[in-house]
Amino acid sequence: MTSAPIEAVVVGASAGALEALSVLLPALPTDYPLPVLVVVHLPPDKKSVMAELLQQKCRVGVREAEDKEPIRAGIVYFAPPDYHLLVEPDRRLSLSSEEPVLYSRPSIDVLFETAADAYGPGLIGVVLTGANSDGSRGLRAVLSAGGTGLVQWPDLAYASAMPQAALDACPGARVLSLPEIATYLLECVTPV
Amino acid sequence: MADKTDDIEMRLLLEAIYHQYHYDFRGYSVASVKRRLSQARERFGCHTFSQLQDRVLHDPAVLPELISFLTVQVSELFRDPTYFRGLRELVVPHLKTYPSLKVWVAGCSAGEEVYSLAILFREEGLEDRTIFYGTDINPDALKKAEAGVYELERIPFFTENHRRAGGKSSLSDYYTAAYGAAVFDKSLRKRAVFSDHSLVTDAVFAEVQLVSCRNVLIYFDRDLQDRAVGLFKDALTRKGFLGLGAKESLRFSRHADAFSEFARDERIYQKRGGP
Repeated sequence: MTSAPIEAVVVGASAGALEALSVLLPALPTDYPLPVLVVVHLPPDKKSVMAELLQQKCRVGVREAEDKEPIRAGIVYFAPPDYHLLVEPDRRLSLSSEEPVLYSRPSIDVLFETAADAYGPGLIGVVLTGANSDGSRGLRAVLSAGGTGLVQWPDLAYASAMPQAALDACPGARVLSLPEIATYLLECVTPV
Repeated sequence: MADKTDDIEMRLLLEAIYHQYHYDFRGYSVASVKRRLSQARERFGCHTFSQLQDRVLHDPAVLPELISFLTVQVSELFRDPTYFRGLRELVVPHLKTYPSLKVWVAGCSAGEEVYSLAILFREEGLEDRTIFYGTDINPDALKKAEAGVYELERIPFFTENHRRAGGKSSLSDYYTAAYGAAVFDKSLRKRAVFSDHSLVTDAVFAEVQLVSCRNVLIYFDRDLQDRAVGLFKDALTRKGFLGLGAKESLRFSRHADAFSEFARDERIYQKRGGP
């Protein structure tokens, strides 16, 4: 584990996201000391019920991100449909309707790259199930800023392409199962 | 600390653009400006923002392209149909009580929203008494807006949006298709004025009944958002309307008290009466 204190977690998921997040996020305790920022690929014109669904299963607060909102610990922020979610250097969230990246808006790469810039070594990037290659560039940015990369075992993922692409791009990332990722997220903040 | 150097260079680049050309991006949200400037840096084959600064300061031809990188130009006709449906069903009845109307589309990019409103106003019988102001800082986008020519492949999408926005006619009534492009009817822009205006540095230029400014404020930092909303407040007549993007609100704005939520889900605000 890196010596820098962990300040935030970013998570990217696509096909199979709800099932994967339903394992990961309910594992976090009410007073989880980190913010968790999540991009899930969704159809652009749908009102997302993802945050609402997960709120019912989670002890931490779960909601859609708002523009220029200060990032707070113990909250899971979802990118709203059809907007990119970015982290500002002053640790606020911002939204953008710039063009889709790899056909996706929100894009995992955009969140991860801007978060890597803001948090440097204090960031954990998590790439979960998905059927494309979004997140690979972003995870590389997280690692080159000194942060930690976690990737769901492609064989255990609902869709293996996205975690596999992330691993190919980032040999330095750790490959874990969903329960192991949950454990990691808990233990990385436990004082020794 | 390569990253910190990057940030210093980016700030200097934005200062340089401001001092040389009076385009002021210094109050824009850093994360997205940095992303777009990084793309520009790649496009111009520069390794650092300082190299890009050198190029832009000494070669005025570089500026227009850089402005296009820095200003986000993603829009559609009738983007977010429920917004236009809200305007049609809830705002238009109020607008019908005015003998003459002015509408300001702030940050109009290539004009999609101005054309959408012109079509909607025609369908609602308001067009003849309305002047539409479309403003942007990007000269290329304004030229496209003047021309009213869009790629044909975007049309099916525009058509579906128009239908979902409660369109009372066929979108094909408003354009002519030729050579892979759709040219929107000149008559739609005879009451439209496209002009250069910056929400960052310029002042109010007209008194209007409706301001539509969607997915623009998200690129500004808080102070700049306050400035822009202040301009809208000053431009709007008493009880005038302000439409924002689907995920924007006045909740954190310094001017929040000057507006009431008129149609919450559609992000339409109304300027309060009073002094």
